[in-house]
Amino acid sequence: MTPVLAATASEQAELIVFVVLAPLAVVTALGMVLTRNAVYSALLLVVNFFCLAGFYVLLEAQFVAAVQVIVYAGAIMVLFLFVLMLLGIGKEEAVQETIRGQRPAAVLLTLGLLVAIVGALLAGVFDAAPASLAAANEGGNTQAVGRILFTRYTFAFETAGVLLVVAAVGALVLGKRQP
Amino acid sequence: MRVGPGAYLLLSAILFGIGVTGVLIRRNAIVVFMCVELMLNAVNLSFITFAKTNGSLDGQVLAFFVMVVAAAEVVVGLGILVAIFRKRSSTSVDDINLLKG
Amino acid sequence: MTAVLNATGATRLIWLLPVLPLAGFAVNVLFGQRLRALAGWIATLAVAAAFAIAVAALFELLSLPGEERTQILRGYEWFSSGDLRVAFDLRWDPLSATMALVVTGVSSLIHLYSIGYMEHDARRETFFSWLNLFVASMLVLVLAQNFVVMFLGWEGVGLCSYLLVGFWFNRRLLVVNPRGRLVDGEPDDTHEVWAPPAAKKAFLANRIGDVGFLLAMFLIFATTGSLDFDVVFGEAGALAAGTVTAIALLLFLACTGKSAQFPLYVWLPDAMAGPTPVSALIHAATMVTAGVFLVARTHTLFEASGTAQTVVVLVGAGTALLAAVIAIGQDDIKKILAFSTVSQLGYMFIGVGLGPIGYVAGMFHLVTHAFFKAQLFLGAGSVMHGNDEDTDIKHFGGLRRAMPITFWTTMAAWAAIIGVPLTAGFYSKDQVLAALFEHGGVGRLAWVAGVLTAGLTAFYMSRYVFLTFFGERRWPEGRHPHESPPSMTVPLIVLALLALVAGFSLSTFTGEGGRLQSFLEPVLGAPEEHESLAAAVGLSAVATGVAAAGAVVAWLLYIRPFDWLALRRRHATAWRALADGLYVNQVYEFFTVNMGGAFAAFLARNVDQRGIDGAVNGVAELVGNAARSGRRLQSGLVRSYALAVLGGAVLIVAFLVFRP
Repeated sequence: MTPVLAATASEQAELIVFVVLAPLAVVTALGMVLTRNAVYSALLLVVNFFCLAGFYVLLEAQFVAAVQVIVYAGAIMVLFLFVLMLLGIGKEEAVQETIRGQRPAAVLLTLGLLVAIVGALLAGVFDAAPASLAAANEGGNTQAVGRILFTRYTFAFETAGVLLVVAAVGALVLGKRQP
Repeated sequence: MRVGPGAYLLLSAILFGIGVTGVLIRRNAIVVFMCVELMLNAVNLSFITFAKTNGSLDGQVLAFFVMVVAAAEVVVGLGILVAIFRKRSSTSVDDINLLKG
Repeated sequence: MTAVLNATGATRLIWLLPVLPLAGFAVNVLFGQRLRALAGWIATLAVAAAFAIAVAALFELLSLPGEERTQILRGYEWFSSGDLRVAFDLRWDPLSATMALVVTGVSSLIHLYSIGYMEHDARRETFFSWLNLFVASMLVLVLAQNFVVMFLGWEGVGLCSYLLVGFWFNRRLLVVNPRGRLVDGEPDDTHEVWAPPAAKKAFLANRIGDVGFLLAMFLIFATTGSLDFDVVFGEAGALAAGTVTAIALLLFLACTGKSAQFPLYVWLPDAMAGPTPVSALIHAATMVTAGVFLVARTHTLFEASGTAQTVVVLVGAGTALLAAVIAIGQDDIKKILAFSTVSQLGYMFIGVGLGPIGYVAGMFHLVTHAFFKAQLFLGAGSVMHGNDEDTDIKHFGGLRRAMPITFWTTMAAWAAIIGVPLTAGFYSKDQVLAALFEHGGVGRLAWVAGVLTAGLTAFYMSRYVFLTFFGERRWPEGRHPHESPPSMTVPLIVLALLALVAGFSLSTFTGEGGRLQSFLEPVLGAPEEHESLAAAVGLSAVATGVAAAGAVVAWLLYIRPFDWLALRRRHATAWRALADGLYVNQVYEFFTVNMGGAFAAFLARNVDQRGIDGAVNGVAELVGNAARSGRRLQSGLVRSYALAVLGGAVLIVAFLVFRP
């Protein structure tokens, strides 16, 4: 078989979805960073999160995809929007950069980081054959995750719970108006 | 031609870079926070990718926990931001420069 | 070679020679305030007693046969360091005996004179204490048996010279202005000077010479391992030619300082700011002769180096001529005598620089010069004393009737110095000139200079006596010149007599077989050949003729009515140059004060201010700048810090990824 396109149908489908979602993710991310209006940034980020959820599905992590949509896009971003509205978004950010050389330095360093990471990737990850998660996902992804979560990562799970409680209390305390 | 893990990792790196640039460039504190979230998500993506590569679910669990912590962090962080900016009525990050020497 | 004995008989008392004046010094320092007028008598007594002891020790010496006339008195040890042992050993031989007698004898007379001269001075007890200290130092110098003790005396006389020249430190003194208008009576005819600068100049010029002495001592010790005279002179022949020349030249440098030869003679004319007895004692008879004595004492070293001897002779001859020329242009009587001293010292150095032929000639001239120069200075002091302390020769004239004793004694000394036959100066000067002529080579050249100097000496000394004592009176109204009291005139008479008779009593015409010659021969060696009587007469005739010519010229100019002031005005520039010492002082001043000042200013600005301060301040500025730059890192801005974090992260990742 001439592997002009994907070998199998699922791989073909994966390719198409990736090719659609990846640029969208990048564009929304860029848009989030570059737009001056803060609310636009938040909304663009929501779209970005949806793209990421799509990627998770492609990677056979359906549970995490669902959590991504529910928690990240549905709760955290909503929280962001609440705060944005609370603080008032009257004035837009000035375009002029106050710190001299910040922008060029930022871009340069980011590119450097990317180069370093690409260098690491070129070391051999590109041709690693992806194993299938079929065996691990026996009984469905959610059940498999749950199985591991409550056996191997019980302690972390419980601690995460404590963390959430602390966060809630903290938010309450911080949010109180000082008399 | 299929989509290998390399592509996902490259995408993750790109998103991470964009997030970093955003943290350095933007002056609105909340937007900076959102860029941090973007960075976290990029890392999540690479965790999931590696989970698929290794054929085990540990990466996914880790990504799950990252989300939990991110949530807690956002809650507390936004609470702090609100507390600060109630006093100053300016959302610019440059205005917090008490450590200036 | 003379045998060296330990002191016997009266010689054992020679330690008293320096100690008695030292005791006089101590007494006057401690009790001078209460002693008042008595201080002078105590000082004189101390020196006279020293003279008596010297005479006694002389007889002791004469009782010994000629070859054994060297006696050492071992004294207390001063210090010993390693192999070097220095003690206060005293040496009594014909040379030191001669010097000791001259020093104590002339000093006693001058002390006596000072009693009258300093009668009205409020600080006279200090004066006498320092005079005694001076005599003590001079005797230490003369009696020393090693270089270190001699240097002690050397420095001591330099110190006393400083103290005594600057004695009137709080008094403005009037001296003749060398650059004054040539019509007398005009305002800047005289100007005021202070004594301290002259004292400092004397001390500094001496100091430069002392460096030579010290370096010579270092060299001597380095090459021979000892500083004792007998040891060093014994080894003189074994030293390398260059070393001996260096040592001799360094010692001669010390002599040019102490004995006012070129180039270090400039302090002597200025030292006339001191009281006249000081000029007579220190700057005519004793301290300045220390240099001549040094060369005579270390003659073995000079003999080992022909170069050094030539230098001594040439410098002596040159200085004699130069000083004689400058003396013509002086109107200040003390300055005339000062330059005359420099000139006569030149003669002495010619003598001792020639080698065995000339040692005795030089020493003889030293002795006779002590007599007539001391007399001339004391006479000048007497003239000043009777003329309201005026020193300007233009204000004298016809003083012989007002001050007869001063006049006659000064004429006696005048005869001696110009070399009138049968006077002391005649014998000694002719002996020097004859020895010079016999020496040949550079000696002939120096002989010409010596004869010319004799003529010039006659000229200016005649000018001095003619303008002072002859002619019509030129002193201002209201002044009554009078003779000095006996305490001052008695020493004048004694010295004048000595100036007349010392010549033929100590020497013979041809220099051989004279009393002084044979006395000093054991120490200084005998000349290899003696000139014939005919040659001696011939040379003497030449010298005397030239001197006579000089005196006649002076007579023509100054005794017969002649407008010498108009002559002076016609040649104003030349006269001023002569009067100002041919501008030698100005040249020195340029090199020392101006260039020294410029160098100091350069150092102060560039090295100290810009260099050192700059370095120190620069370090501070560097630190400040570094801190200021470092401070900019602390901007307080989160985004800058974030940038830094990212930078660090990139570095670490890159390192981990691209690790070699």
